[in-house]
Amino acid sequence: MILARRTTLALLLASSALLGYGTAMAADDTIKIGGLATLEGPFTVLGEDGMRGVELAIQQHKGMAGGKKIELVKGSSDASPDSAVKAVRKLVENDGLTLIIGPLSGDEGLAVKDYAKTQPKVTFVNGTSAAQDTTLRDPAPNFFRFTTDGAQWMAGLGTYAFNDKHYKKVATVAEDYSFPYTQVFGFMAEYCKAGGHVVSKSWVPIGNKDYSSVIAAIPADVDAVYVALGGADGVNFLSQYQQAGGTAPLIGGSITADQTVLGSKGATKKAVVGMPSAGPIADAWDNPKWKQFVADYKAAFPKGFPSPSLFAHGYYVSTIALLTALDQVNGDVSDGGAKLRDALAKLELDTPTGKVKLDANRNAVADIFLTEVSEGADGNLYNKVIKVVPQVNQTLGQDPAEFLKLGKVGRDNPACP
Amino acid sequence: MTEAATTSPTASAPEAIPMSIVGHLIAVVLLLAFPFVATDFFTFQIGAYTLIMGTISLSLMLLAGYGGMVSLAQMSVAGLAGYMIAIFGTSAGGVALGWPWFLAIPAAVIIGTLLNVVVGLLAIRTEGIFTIVITLAIATALYYFAQQNYDIFNGHSGFSGVAPAHVLWVDWRAPKPFYFLSLAVAALSYAGVLYLSRTPFGLAMQAVRDNPRRMEAIGFNVPAHRIAAYAVAGLIASVAGVLLVWFDGGISPGSISVDRAIKVLIIAVVGGMRHPAGPFLGAILFVLLQNFAIDFVNPERFNTYIGLAFLLVVLVSPDGLLGLIRRLGAAPASGKSLP
Amino acid sequence: MKLFILTFLNGLTLAALYFLVASGFTLVFGLMRNVNLAHGSLYLLGGYIGYEAAAFSNNWFLGVAAGTLAMAIAGVLLQVLVFRWMEGQELRQTLVTIGISIVAADLMLAVWSGNTYQFNPPAWLIGTTQLPIVLAHKPDGTAVLLPYPTYRLFLLAAGLVIGVGLWLFINKTRIGMMIRAGVDDRGMLDASGINVHVVFAIVFAIGAGLAGFAGVVGGTALSIAPGEDVRYLLASLVVVIVGGLGSVTGAALGALIIGLAEQFGLAYFPTYGIVLTFVIMVAALAFRPQGLMGRARV
Repeated sequence: MILARRTTLALLLASSALLGYGTAMAADDTIKIGGLATLEGPFTVLGEDGMRGVELAIQQHKGMAGGKKIELVKGSSDASPDSAVKAVRKLVENDGLTLIIGPLSGDEGLAVKDYAKTQPKVTFVNGTSAAQDTTLRDPAPNFFRFTTDGAQWMAGLGTYAFNDKHYKKVATVAEDYSFPYTQVFGFMAEYCKAGGHVVSKSWVPIGNKDYSSVIAAIPADVDAVYVALGGADGVNFLSQYQQAGGTAPLIGGSITADQTVLGSKGATKKAVVGMPSAGPIADAWDNPKWKQFVADYKAAFPKGFPSPSLFAHGYYVSTIALLTALDQVNGDVSDGGAKLRDALAKLELDTPTGKVKLDANRNAVADIFLTEVSEGADGNLYNKVIKVVPQVNQTLGQDPAEFLKLGKVGRDNPACP
Repeated sequence: MTEAATTSPTASAPEAIPMSIVGHLIAVVLLLAFPFVATDFFTFQIGAYTLIMGTISLSLMLLAGYGGMVSLAQMSVAGLAGYMIAIFGTSAGGVALGWPWFLAIPAAVIIGTLLNVVVGLLAIRTEGIFTIVITLAIATALYYFAQQNYDIFNGHSGFSGVAPAHVLWVDWRAPKPFYFLSLAVAALSYAGVLYLSRTPFGLAMQAVRDNPRRMEAIGFNVPAHRIAAYAVAGLIASVAGVLLVWFDGGISPGSISVDRAIKVLIIAVVGGMRHPAGPFLGAILFVLLQNFAIDFVNPERFNTYIGLAFLLVVLVSPDGLLGLIRRLGAAPASGKSLP
Repeated sequence: MKLFILTFLNGLTLAALYFLVASGFTLVFGLMRNVNLAHGSLYLLGGYIGYEAAAFSNNWFLGVAAGTLAMAIAGVLLQVLVFRWMEGQELRQTLVTIGISIVAADLMLAVWSGNTYQFNPPAWLIGTTQLPIVLAHKPDGTAVLLPYPTYRLFLLAAGLVIGVGLWLFINKTRIGMMIRAGVDDRGMLDASGINVHVVFAIVFAIGAGLAGFAGVVGGTALSIAPGEDVRYLLASLVVVIVGGLGSVTGAALGALIIGLAEQFGLAYFPTYGIVLTFVIMVAALAFRPQGLMGRARV
């Protein structure tokens, strides 16, 4: 019955076209916001926490912005650029949204930025994607990043490692893709300048669990090992390092000392107590606004992490920025969002982690926390603040032209052996 | 239901039924009219993407349904052709040689086809589950290579900024032109596979699938037939791969991961591997689910629903949805030819 | 030199882990020609269940037992509820088990979320052993020995014990004889009056139980998290294909090759080492499709 077959196919295609109609035009008193995070694939848990950040922000704004009710439409990606673009395209072109918050991961951010350039009337606010080039090179005029990039997150750590901890020679171990390249870049930008030497760089394939040989290959005479591994990889490395009798102290990347690693179950993580790190948040910061934020997060999400991750925080700040700007323009997005984007560009936000404003490329200038892992009274691990590095910009305080000349991050860039 | 088939779910040959002209005409009219009634989003992200994924799954159906060789490397072939477009043509992120489209496209398609021939050569001595396993291994090796190599493939980040050229005053990236381009490719592939299945070559291939030893005994060159099948499947997948990289505007290792390779298999199986229309049926369901499931179900449990739906289809109807439709709509007289 | 020794030991111990995971798979694959692509899910689920049992009872060994037993039962259920109805239909089994593994992975994600779980084995198991390999001599004459994770040595021991046990079971017991007969000619086994279904159920129970055991034991070494199921499924496939179907020695050999290749790759060519594992598999299948110790399929 070929008739039945082919007609069924064609009819399905046709009827799906009807689905395209009737996607509700927003009622006049509602503003729809699209939230894009990695709700599938390897970063699902991170994406879920990011969404919690969005929901918390909306909740704290009483579900309103600019005098109108907020409706959140979720989009899901799996950390690959093409899935992010598909998800955002559906939100923008099918659901008719003009306000998007996201995405989560670095490569997705680059792809969404490219898409943003084709949709000048849509306002894109970054989630937590932390690749440098999203805003540093070839930025999009309607893409706003209120979170800092992976290199900014390392501010203060390089100098601290050399000057205060007196580590003269360091080996790095990180995953072999763009985000760790950016983190190592940020660390080395300061560390090499201060006079340190990075004698060996180990780039480990993503998804590798057995670090025993990587650990064996670390030169024996280094003063410390800089580790930028997150999630399950971080947990594995830390325990294997301890079991292999590794003696050199560790320096942590932002996701190595993040709650997603420290919050895992099991006792071997205690080996990292005392590890310095840096990043956009510090769990145990003794600051009233931060503590309030943590309390609100815990009250709203009893099934969340013990303390909000940097993904919850990043999405939270981004959403607050968008809602605040909407308030400023009284919810008027009828001009294709031009007034809103003006407001966003000039916004100076007070967040639980300090003041945030944007630079000329619409990238965040914010405070960064230099931390040390310590054990809380309840036996869980937290990041204690050593100091706050104020208002770090994307060029890490260096001259922009000089900074751009350093080139794109990569396996071999920078190098100071 | 099916006999103890060792290599494919189709114990007997797929359709040797004469084409229903009316059925095809209706389909053609509907497919041609679609972009004029649907929104741009539906034309592009639903319509064109369905046709592209359907074509890639069609290449798998060709190998598996007609040839009895389930190759999980079809997505890799499509992906490689996509990568070649990014590398030979204009793109951002890594090397881009900037060749014009009339050089880059044939080069990409040839390379993709060659890859599948190599896959065929490697898989030729295997059968059944081993073919699945070796092609899966090849796909995984290619994925990791693309992820680790920066000189050619630009590693984990891949390429962006890939778009079709403006040819003959048409912007082929615009929704309607792109849809018609994809439709043309899908229609040609569909017609080609259908036609091929009735040629002596196609019939020989199906005979090789059913009993390779007998075919060899009669004097057919079994390996040559198999390699030729891989070549044709490679050609189809490569052309679809070119469309895919244009659709995504770029390509990264994530596009050729094991996950994606299995999705192609799922599409082909769910749609039905007994007729070239099956993969397209599977594709439209998959694309609709992928885009709209999040509006109805909790996105966090999305994979459970997909997995259950897939399980249901495989358990209930090994010939996929096409088989189900056929059985529901089959005339009583043809009862003896039912699977 | 130290790197070489360490890498070699690492490869050896990793091979033991791969062997543990793959041994069950090779049994099931070899006898019932049963492509259980949910094998990785059995590993992961066994690990999770073992974790819960160990955490609840504060006894790691109980966790091991719980994981093994739970998966053995799961194996019998799979055989009786699923595979019994699809004997001989390889592709259908492949597809059904893929479907099961997708659903299982997502349900496990729902229950245990994306956190990484680490076990709490007794203190004498984790820690560092001083191997009798002299690295250098301290100024006062005492030797500096090579420190090595104790747990990895335990893995090696477990692999050896299980391997020898399995070999004895298959080659020196009656049931083992039936299994070998089944690998060679299933029809004859059936014809000789043996209740093939009971034998199948037993083999599946053992195979699945081994996966669960490996889940806890391996999870203690490398932690458990979503995604481990796919990783160990691929590893089992590689090991079994390279080593040959239905052969315990083959699985051991395959595991050795893959374990060593992976570790040497990581230590000496980290960038492409991971591709090496799969290239070996492709090469093995292309040139010797039946595997190193498998018999040629007629």
